[in-house]
Amino acid sequence: MDKMPKWADVVLIPLISLILAAILSALVILAIGENPVEAVNLMVTGALGSTYGWGYTLYYATNFMFTGLAVAVAFHARLFNIGGEGQAMLGGLGVAIVCLYIPWPHWSIALLAACAASMLFGAAWAAIPAYLQAKRGSHIVITTIMFNFIAAAFLNYMLVNVMRPQGSQDPATARFPEAVHLPTFQSMFSTAENAVFKGAPANISFFVAILACFVVWALIWRTRLGYEIRAYGHSETGAVYAGISPVRITIVAMLISGALAGLMATNNVMGEAERLVLNSTEGAGFIGIAVALMGRSHPFGVFVAALLFGFLYQGGAELALWTSIPRELIVVIQALVILFTGALDNMVRMPLEKLFLGLRKGAE
Amino acid sequence: MTVPAIELKGISKAFGPVQANKDISISVAPGTIHGIIGENGAGKSTLMSILYGFYKADKGEICINGTKTDIPDSQAAIAAGIGMVFQHFKLVENFTVLENIVLGAEDGGLLAPSLSKARKELKELEEEYELFVDPDKRIDEIGVGMQQRVEILKALYRQAEILILDEPTGVLTPAEADQLFRILDRLRAEGKTIIVITHKLREIIENTDTVSVMRRGQMTATVKTAETSPEELAELMVGRKVLLQVDKVSAKPGKPILEVENLRVFDQAGVERVKGIDLTVRAGEIVGIAGVAGNGQSELLEVLGGMRPGQGSIKLNGEPLALSGHGSDGQARRAQHIAHVPEDRQREGLIMDFHAWENVAFGYHRDPAYQRGLFMDNAALRADTERKIEKFDVRPPNGWLTAKSFSGGNQQKIVVAREIERNPDLLLVGQPTRGVDIGAIEFIHKQIVALRDQGKAILLVSVELEEIFSLSDRIAVMFDGHIMGERLPHETDEKELGLLMAGVAEEAA
Amino acid sequence: MDIFVTLIQVLDSTIRLATPLLLACLAGLYSERAGIFDIGLEGKMLMAAFFSAAVAAVTGSVWLGLLAGIASSLVLSGLHGLASITFRGNQLISGVAINFLASGLTVLIAQSWFKQGGRTPSLFGGGRFESAEFPYAIGPEDAELTGQPVSELMSDANSIHMVYSELLSGHSILVYVAFLMVPLTWWVLFRTRFGLRLRAVGENPAAVDTAGVSVVGLRFAAVAICGVLCGIAGAYLATALQAGFVKEMTAGRGFIALAALIFAKWRPWHAMWACLLFGLLQAIALRFQNIDLGGVVIPVQAMDALPYILTVVILAGFVGKAVPPRAGGEPYVKER
Repeated sequence: MDKMPKWADVVLIPLISLILAAILSALVILAIGENPVEAVNLMVTGALGSTYGWGYTLYYATNFMFTGLAVAVAFHARLFNIGGEGQAMLGGLGVAIVCLYIPWPHWSIALLAACAASMLFGAAWAAIPAYLQAKRGSHIVITTIMFNFIAAAFLNYMLVNVMRPQGSQDPATARFPEAVHLPTFQSMFSTAENAVFKGAPANISFFVAILACFVVWALIWRTRLGYEIRAYGHSETGAVYAGISPVRITIVAMLISGALAGLMATNNVMGEAERLVLNSTEGAGFIGIAVALMGRSHPFGVFVAALLFGFLYQGGAELALWTSIPRELIVVIQALVILFTGALDNMVRMPLEKLFLGLRKGAE
Repeated sequence: MTVPAIELKGISKAFGPVQANKDISISVAPGTIHGIIGENGAGKSTLMSILYGFYKADKGEICINGTKTDIPDSQAAIAAGIGMVFQHFKLVENFTVLENIVLGAEDGGLLAPSLSKARKELKELEEEYELFVDPDKRIDEIGVGMQQRVEILKALYRQAEILILDEPTGVLTPAEADQLFRILDRLRAEGKTIIVITHKLREIIENTDTVSVMRRGQMTATVKTAETSPEELAELMVGRKVLLQVDKVSAKPGKPILEVENLRVFDQAGVERVKGIDLTVRAGEIVGIAGVAGNGQSELLEVLGGMRPGQGSIKLNGEPLALSGHGSDGQARRAQHIAHVPEDRQREGLIMDFHAWENVAFGYHRDPAYQRGLFMDNAALRADTERKIEKFDVRPPNGWLTAKSFSGGNQQKIVVAREIERNPDLLLVGQPTRGVDIGAIEFIHKQIVALRDQGKAILLVSVELEEIFSLSDRIAVMFDGHIMGERLPHETDEKELGLLMAGVAEEAA
Repeated sequence: MDIFVTLIQVLDSTIRLATPLLLACLAGLYSERAGIFDIGLEGKMLMAAFFSAAVAAVTGSVWLGLLAGIASSLVLSGLHGLASITFRGNQLISGVAINFLASGLTVLIAQSWFKQGGRTPSLFGGGRFESAEFPYAIGPEDAELTGQPVSELMSDANSIHMVYSELLSGHSILVYVAFLMVPLTWWVLFRTRFGLRLRAVGENPAAVDTAGVSVVGLRFAAVAICGVLCGIAGAYLATALQAGFVKEMTAGRGFIALAALIFAKWRPWHAMWACLLFGLLQAIALRFQNIDLGGVVIPVQAMDALPYILTVVILAGFVGKAVPPRAGGEPYVKER
């Protein structure tokens, strides 16, 4: 018997967790001598009060959609991919190689190629931990953490020793050629008399992210592979009974996860920076964990949670600009969200389950 | 009359909706060996875990040596002089024997004095009870028989006067088992009180002073061993059940469908579970495998279903089956027209969080009939589900409910519908009616017989003798990884099968 | 002689850099030996680094700073225990959350208290752990007396005196604490009742439970020790190795410590050697940039990545299998 209705599991628990996280965050803001209401006001105006703010919010949200989807797909196979950060870094390398070394006639073809390359690089970076987990039982969490650091060192090497243009002191690649610059929201939605999203980094890859949400949704809930991934995630013994190979599902799910994390590079590397810099991912790979947990691993949930975190990031940046509250407030909120929706799930869940059982008994 | 060493009065314990123990009272005289016998799931282990403070009883009281004693945790049980040897040993594998014995019963904060004291006392205990072990060997270096001795020594080291052993011979060879009972005799001679939980009749008859029989959470009888017989115990254990009548004409077996030759199965720990069995199932017959749980039937079924590796030869319609146990063997089996109703529908047969209509495809999700281009044809699946729900009278008839929202019987109907409707050449069925209500049992039995009448081969594994009798055209009894014998249902009775199931060889029956 | 001096200096810096790794690694050892995985070592160190520096800066007492660091780390440990022992949550997710919590809160509070862009004021005098000079060792005092810089005095000294002065003497007290923790940990783990029970609860909590010992109590004790050691590690970073807290100053050391723990297969002496090895790699990377080995240039980044690569190789079981404590990562639930 279900202990409580599905809506409670999908909506109520994340909502309560979010409220708990918000209350604690408000207390933190109070503790450092600021006014939480004012802070929220500032965040809302800063992130949602102008097309400029929206342009940043959606830009961040795009990153988080990719990494959130990456974590979510792995979660469906009951795998915890902490390596989104490293996989996204490698995705950036793939994008940089494609954009720098191949002359593209038009950004649209370049975008397709960049998508392919970023997915390939991201998946490749997930492949070794996936193989080690599936075949040798090496714990995927530890190996993906290690691969994050290896990725950082590798990227550092590539940028400092290999891809840095002659004479440049900056550990970054050259700027990508004009032809591969992606259309920004500014160029897409501004009219002659009305410039919108001015100077904001949101770009066409936002739609790639939305497309990715749909594709992942279709993959998980509409294809045979998704069926097998979910079945394996729910019950390994069940999967073995049904002839679903645990080794295959582990590897395939991680490759898809890595590819999605890698895809993020189309936004931050190709769409925004237009070159590959050190630490281009800025922790987005980890935010994917919070996004996936809050979005209950459903692409729509991930979409909403990514928007929320996009808002938080842009709002937090505005807050840092106008008050003495540093951007790190967002990291605290993010930590609290992970804590409540992830590790302390039972703390929220157990009393609720009791409540619903009581209600049901009362109704009978 | 002496004061009983242990007296349980009106013990009841429920796990959620399952009543594991119902108003159980029992009294054990000091210095005796008392057997508790019953089928799997009869509630024996739960009762003893309550006595050891591992679970808390909902109702009832415990008296030790005539004094009412509260046993809220293992610490209290140990203090009351109770020691327990669990079925699955509670030993730390990479610790030495000595360390395991000392754990939790150390003297003081430093280990060295505790260990040397334990070493000395161990030597005394060893000599007193002839329980020899090497104190410096690691647990993972010694065999299960030795490990069991360590468990007994652990209890004795804690000055247990009452020793409970849960299925102590389950993992032992016959020789090791004999040795164990010699040790228990010795302990009894020293005045210890011993409770042995087992499902093996022979052990009870040969070794105990008194015996209690449990069935379905209740204590059905307590008798002096000398005044009873294996036949009487077998009957008390399985109960005089009203046979559910399944209307069936006599079988017309055709050509062999399944041929198993010298099949051996090892579990993950490398223990041999199936020890070289031969078995044939013909078209149009139901072969029932009887036996107490844990005697290799599950492993046999799992190898046939492609869930684990095996050695030997299995042929279906003369074609050999792969026995690699790779994850995708299950798919190959289905392609070869083997359908499988697994023993544990909740962990294997269904994904409990999936909708009923998703579960209807489970295992057959690659069937082209369920595909539409790149995607799964969920509409076709749901239509198929509706059909099956109607045909098998699944209630409530709602394909959108998750599997866990259905009752046990309806969950099983979903599994049976899925497998039988495939019209397989061979149907593997494990515990088809475990946790299933009477109405559904009858329905499921009819479906199985109907499949047989279409000339299909069926292999049934069940711990319910009643079910074996009402369905099988031929009965094979498994004990300790071997097939003890084959019988025709009209030429045997429950007593004879009960003896075979308990490992009593044919001449004894 | 030059090479010798360089070698001694690199080894000296190895010891300094290995110290926080070693403390964190031993912290993780207690926790994981008791069956609680902890990927939040980094966060606990960071939190402790901040609070020790902050309190030391405000009070001028490094000892109060150390206590504050330990206390803050213990709070995070308690949170981890609450999530993973009491509420039987996912230990890995809890660890991730703790890392972020520390990373955010430290900067937030630092900014609120000191308004220096997420750092604490620089520590000096009693706000910092002084280096302990052994008798007859060459140190700053000798330099004052003779009027020569320490480095000159060093290169004039004979090699034994140099090793004594540079390698053994002249570290902060916490360095000696860290290295003394190794035999102490070994002794606690393998020679005391507590250690026996701790190891047992990480291998088979049911054995501990049926032996009448509290699984929850043992695990909380282990998590608390982990908190104390991470606290010392963090305090060392901010008040001994460096003079004050800066944002993200742990720089992945918690994860290197985790790698060292796996590399050491959860054994104290091996943990020390693993931490020294990883400390050496850091020291080499700091001192030299790219290393030229007979024509083959090893880039500095390879040195950075080496601990992680080695750990993956160990985890993959190609060079001796790293088998974690058997009950690690699983909340204990009495079986039915």
